[in-house]
Amino acid sequence: MKRQVPVVITFVVGTVLILSVFFPPAERMGEDFSIFFDIIAVFAFFLGGGNLLRIHAGKIYKKRKDWGFSVVTICGFGIMMMAGLFKLWNPGGIAADVAATGSLFQLMYDWIFNPLGASMYALLAFYVASASYRAFRAKNIDATILLIAAFVILLGRTPLGMYATSWIPESFSIMQIPNLAIWIMVSPNLAGQRAIMIGIALGVVSMSLRLILGVERTYLGVDNE
Amino acid sequence: MSNIGLILSIAVIVGGLLWLTIRSLSGREVERRIIFLFIGIAVSIPLLFDITFSEKATPIVKGIYDKIENLPSGSRILISFDYGPSMAPEVEPMSNAFVRHSLAKDHKVVIMGLWATGQSLGASAVENVIKSEFPDKVDGVDYINIGYKAGNQGVLNVIITDFRKMYATDVNGVDLDSVEIFKGIRSLKDMDLMISVGGGFPGIKEWVLFAADPGNIPLAGGSAAVSTPLLYPYYPKQLIGLLGGIKGAAEYESEMKKNYPRFADMPTPGIKMMGPQTLAHMVVMAFIIIGNLSFFFAKRKKSDG
Repeated sequence: MKRQVPVVITFVVGTVLILSVFFPPAERMGEDFSIFFDIIAVFAFFLGGGNLLRIHAGKIYKKRKDWGFSVVTICGFGIMMMAGLFKLWNPGGIAADVAATGSLFQLMYDWIFNPLGASMYALLAFYVASASYRAFRAKNIDATILLIAAFVILLGRTPLGMYATSWIPESFSIMQIPNLAIWIMVSPNLAGQRAIMIGIALGVVSMSLRLILGVERTYLGVDNE
Repeated sequence: MSNIGLILSIAVIVGGLLWLTIRSLSGREVERRIIFLFIGIAVSIPLLFDITFSEKATPIVKGIYDKIENLPSGSRILISFDYGPSMAPEVEPMSNAFVRHSLAKDHKVVIMGLWATGQSLGASAVENVIKSEFPDKVDGVDYINIGYKAGNQGVLNVIITDFRKMYATDVNGVDLDSVEIFKGIRSLKDMDLMISVGGGFPGIKEWVLFAADPGNIPLAGGSAAVSTPLLYPYYPKQLIGLLGGIKGAAEYESEMKKNYPRFADMPTPGIKMMGPQTLAHMVVMAFIIIGNLSFFFAKRKKSDG
């Protein structure tokens, strides 16, 4: 029973969602199932929040390595949640937009969360430079082609590419670095990406069928039978 | 001042890189902190000295610009803020430019987000772009922020047939049936153009799969440079245009500045960030060359004996 009910639900929902695309009478049911999905998705926040609290509270309680960071995480989570739930300092009151200007939530978002997130992402530039130096070596023909393509794209994404090759006559404009960069993106890159996408799509169709027909049951925490 | 800055930055970077090249040729590896220092210099000097470059819109960028330009006034444009603070420095200039351009053309703008973090960023666009640059535009008449709903692509699955099943009110709790901008809008199919700005999941790809293609609705996108190559397969059939990274934003801003005198003094973060990006790319390329030189010299030394 524990296994059969989820398999039946998966079969019914999957079949209806497929039918809703091809048969207009089933369209309404497809919409309703999408709304059910969106409602269930909201509960993922409770699950996520609960999980975060459980893991970090456990870490603090047992005073594991770097437990101080867990204190910061829980404080940040709690303060931000309170500010959003009770709309603290919100000029429009409890009915207003959670992100209204002047609210504590938006202040913390603008002055703490935003710069911290951007700083983390900006660190990538430093690591990319270091990784390029160490890993981008012309060890064989494949690596050399990759290296040349990377050079063209790097130059093509800056105005320097245009300055450096603007002397090339219009009849050979494909050789201008920005145009070469565009060609790499819309020809070899496009071909490769499309091949990958078609492969993934076929894989998704096959996996979906296995799930709908109950062949694939690993999502229930059991081995396939 | 800008020229002095450019000369100074190039002198510092070129001199340093030459020194590193000589060191590498003698078989010494470059330490990671030295690479970090060079990147630090490359991105900070253009910001300090305000070094900018001229940009020209490429066809993939011009496609979006022309679409917004050629839509009749009063057309409905939906802009989805599908990103968070980590991606904001790269894609926020795009979303701000789209909002600015749409309102300058007197289009009606609907702001929403498939990311929870997008609601606050949409609110920032309302505050920093609409309210400060277009004080005559009225909330609920010329623009509206309907915010975020959980469900990722599930949200699109619903609003492609009916907005009100998912969004009963805007972010301020105002009933959508009572706002003028939503009169005549039932679903996404009533939009004249949809623009998704982001670079992760859910994002432009989901907009193509669950909204633009099934509903036959024009879609444009703005994405972080790292995810742009993955979206090229959708251009030009499913995406009318695509802004890739800071370069795409800079091209769009330069097109707006060129054609609209009122935007001559507008903030242009995209164009400003092209300076650091250009120098950082140069430094990365130089390090790749140095790395390869050192690799080949070490290889030759080994084979010699």
